[in-house]
Amino acid sequence: MPETEHIIDINGLVKRFNGTAVIDGIDLSVSKGEVVVLIGPSGCGKSTLLRCINGLEPIDAGTVTLHGEPVVHNSRNLYKIRQKIGMVFQSYDLFPHLTVLKNIMLAPMKVQKRSKEEIRAEALKLLERVGLSDKAESFPSELSGGQKQRVAICRSLIMNPEIMLLDEITAALDPEMVHEVLDVVLDLAKNGTTMLIVTHEMAFAKAAADRIVFIDGGVIVEESEPDEFFTAPKTERAKKFLKTFTYSR
Amino acid sequence: MTLYALSGKIKITESLGQILVDFEFIEKFTPMYLEAARLTVLIGAAGIVLAAAVGLLCALVKYYRVPVARQIVSAYIELSRNTPLIVQLFFLYFGLPKAGIRLSSEVCGIIGLAFLGGSYMAESFLGGLTSVGKIQLESAESLGLRRHQVMNLIVIPQAGAVAAPAVCANVIFLLKETSVFSAVSLADLMYVAKDLIGMYYNTGEALLMLVVAYLALILPISVIFAILERRLRRGRS
Ligand SMILES: Nc1ncnc2c1ncn2[C@@H]1O[C@H](COP(=O)(O)OP(=O)(O)OP(=O)(O)O)[C@@H](O)[C@H]1O
Ligand SMILES: [Mg+2]
Repeated sequence: MPETEHIIDINGLVKRFNGTAVIDGIDLSVSKGEVVVLIGPSGCGKSTLLRCINGLEPIDAGTVTLHGEPVVHNSRNLYKIRQKIGMVFQSYDLFPHLTVLKNIMLAPMKVQKRSKEEIRAEALKLLERVGLSDKAESFPSELSGGQKQRVAICRSLIMNPEIMLLDEITAALDPEMVHEVLDVVLDLAKNGTTMLIVTHEMAFAKAAADRIVFIDGGVIVEESEPDEFFTAPKTERAKKFLKTFTYSR
Repeated sequence: MTLYALSGKIKITESLGQILVDFEFIEKFTPMYLEAARLTVLIGAAGIVLAAAVGLLCALVKYYRVPVARQIVSAYIELSRNTPLIVQLFFLYFGLPKAGIRLSSEVCGIIGLAFLGGSYMAESFLGGLTSVGKIQLESAESLGLRRHQVMNLIVIPQAGAVAAPAVCANVIFLLKETSVFSAVSLADLMYVAKDLIGMYYNTGEALLMLVVAYLALILPISVIFAILERRLRRGRS
């Protein structure tokens, strides 16, 4: 047995769109309880990487495995693997025809076939945890962006995933709502939830990450602990990237 | 035009200035109208249900981009939408017998309506299906829902709500289109009215009854649809 249990293993991943490699040979593993933050310039392939991990995109070379099981786009048992991978997207993607509670209860009921009462109790507990107890019966259209994203997190969490993939979940939010969502994520991070997070919020990345992975041009350029990455980046490209942030502050 | 025709046959007694309608005529032929209305409703309902089935099938073929079938559906939709129902009916009733296929007026009516309505229904259903964004499908799949669950639990409820107003409009449109059935000797409302005018020259009464019959058929449906639509909209926003 290895000392740390890998949840996700990515080996030699290549993903092309119309012939151009958006991901050009990436190796990355995420261990149980680890919080890995992916950062990099816009268009460098972060979203694509997460989508490949979840089998939303076919890949051109390499492998992605969850606990050693290959994740293959359109494969027969993909739906089983996906139950163990939670994903929250940048755009608010709650199901508009269902109440908040039903949004959260849908997958455990229909996919895991757990008892309704048990799920309901857990859903309400999760809503309480993200401070939305009073919104259980609301429809998504009645929520703010920040509230929607917190519900989306609950909707993934209730499946008890092995890992959560978060793709810039605060990027479309008004600044005052960014905090309430990141607080929830930070709380998850401190409580041992395994996560792979894409974000442009550098202060949050520093606070939440066990490891920073800096991607540019479809490859991992630098991989280090957050303190090291933010104070003394090893590569020129990372330095340049970080400067764009300090400059804007 | 209807009013003009009406005024021609309504007799006005000078002494009282009262409008007199030949109630005897109306009473006598009401059963004929009722029978014709029954036929219109039956053929109309059968045609519309079939149209919805054809439409759903075509919409799914286009939605899932089924090869070959997709091109056939596109050709069908163009043909159906760009030819009048009366021409489609003539083809079925007078054209097909030349190829040895003889259909009754009733069957022609049902098939004709389904052929015309199928394309309208297809476009409405497809509009509903494509209104459900890709992100909805991906989030649902990410939760581990299977393809058919995504369809049944996420796509169809949302698509249905979007398509409903257009589908209702189609139903009313198709019910009105049944008025050309008389062209293939189907004894529907229009047929009866024409018949009576031809036989008795009571144009006013015959037309009045025709208008009332169509209103009695279609108005309640319109009202019910409008109420349903309002409720649907309220539930979602
Ligand atoms: N479906 C697609 N078809 C073609 N090209 C695509 C597709 N999806 C992404 N790309 C391209 O792949 C590249 C990487 O996109 P990706 O969305 O992964 O970037 P990103 O790192 O998430 O960027 P951002 O920070 O702006 O979200 C971009 O150049 C994008 O244009
Ligand atoms: Mg992205």
